[in-house]
Amino acid sequence: MPQFDPTLFAPQVFWLIVSFVTLYVLMATLALPRIGAILDERQRRIDDDLDRAQRLKAEAEVAVATFERAMTDSRAEAAGIVKERADEATSRSEQRGREEMARLTDRVHAAEAEILGAKKTAMAEIRTLTVDLAAVAIERLIGGAAGASRGDIEAAVEAAFLECGR
Amino acid sequence: MSNPIEQFQVHPIVPLELGGVNISFTNSALMMVATVAVTTVFLTLSVRKRALVPGRWQSLAELIYEFIAGMLRENVGQEGRPYFPFIFSLFMFVLIGNLLGLLPGSFTFTSHIIVTFVMASVVFVGVTVIGFARHGLHFLRMFFPNGAPLATAVILVPIEVISYLSRPLSLGVRLFANMTAGHIILTILGGFVAMLGVFGIFPLAFLTGVMVLEFGIAMLQAYVFTVLSCIYLHDAIHMH
Repeated sequence: MPQFDPTLFAPQVFWLIVSFVTLYVLMATLALPRIGAILDERQRRIDDDLDRAQRLKAEAEVAVATFERAMTDSRAEAAGIVKERADEATSRSEQRGREEMARLTDRVHAAEAEILGAKKTAMAEIRTLTVDLAAVAIERLIGGAAGASRGDIEAAVEAAFLECGR
Repeated sequence: MSNPIEQFQVHPIVPLELGGVNISFTNSALMMVATVAVTTVFLTLSVRKRALVPGRWQSLAELIYEFIAGMLRENVGQEGRPYFPFIFSLFMFVLIGNLLGLLPGSFTFTSHIIVTFVMASVVFVGVTVIGFARHGLHFLRMFFPNGAPLATAVILVPIEVISYLSRPLSLGVRLFANMTAGHIILTILGGFVAMLGVFGIFPLAFLTGVMVLEFGIAMLQAYVFTVLSCIYLHDAIHMH
C-alpha cells in the first residue's frame, strides 16, 4: 500500500503543514470573524427587537388602562348627566303641570263668576220684565193702574218668585 | 479490474527538494490546497452579503460555525474559545478533504495514515502542552484517578499512561482506516459493475447505497475527529 511507503511521508507532511497553517490563518483572520460578526449582529437585533416589543407592550397596556379608566369615568359622567336631565325634565314638567292646573282653575273660577253674574243679570231682567208684564196685564185687564203702585207689583212678583222656590 | 490500491498512489506533479528532503508538490498536496481554497471561498463568498436573513449558502456557513462553536462550548466550555479557530479549521480540513476525495478520479489525503497521524499528533502534543501549561506538574495527576487506593497506582498509572499515549494513534488510525476501507470497497464494487455487463445493475445499486454511506462516513469521521479533539482539550483544561 502506498500509505506505508516512507518516501511519500515527507512531501505529504510538508504540504499538510503548509496548507493547514494557511487554512488556520485564513479562518482565524478572515472567515470566522465575519461569520461571528454576522451572528452577533443578528443576536443584537433580535434582542433589540424583543426589548422594543416588551416596551411597546407595556406602553400599550398603560394606554389600555388609561382608556378604560377614561371610559369608566365618562360612562359615570354620562349616567350622571342623564339622571340630572331626567330629574330636571321631571321637575319642569311637574312645575308646568302645576302652573297649567292653576291657570285652568283660575279660568274655571272666572267662568263660574261670569256665569253667576250673567245669571244674576238675567234674573234681575226677568224680574223687571215680569213686573212690567204684570203692570201691562193689570192695565189691560182692569184699565188704569187700579190703584196698584209699581212697588206693590214688585213685592207681589217677589213673593211669587219665592213661592216657586226661587 | 482496476487495482483498488492504485487510487492511493501519490505521484509528484512538481518535483521539489529542500535541503535534501523531498517536498514535491504531489496530487495529495494538490487536494490539500484545493481543500483550503474550497473552504475559504465557500466561507467568505457565502457571507459576502452579510444578510440579516441568510440565504442558502450563508445559512450553511452559519450552521457549520454554530455547530463547531456549540461542540466546543459543550465539550470544553468557555475556556475553549481561544482554540475555536483551530478546532474549526481541523473540522473543515477533514470534512472538505473527505468530501473532495469522494469525487471520481480525485485523491483522498485523509486516507494516508501519515496525514491523519500528523494531525492527531498535533492535537495530542497541543493538548498535552496546554495541560502542563495550565496545571504544571499537577497535570500528571490525570494518570491516577482521585480517591483510588494508593496501592492500585502500580496498575492504574501504566494503564492510564498507555491509554493517554494511544490517543493520537487511535485518532489517526480511525480516520485513515475509515477512508481507506471505504474507497477500496467503492473501487471493488465499481470493478464488479464493469465485469458483470448487464447484470452489473445489481452491484451498481449496491454501489449507489455504499456511495451514500460513504458521504455519511465522510461527514461523520470529520465530526468524530473534531469531537475527540474537543474531549482531549477538555481533559487538558479541566482534568476529567
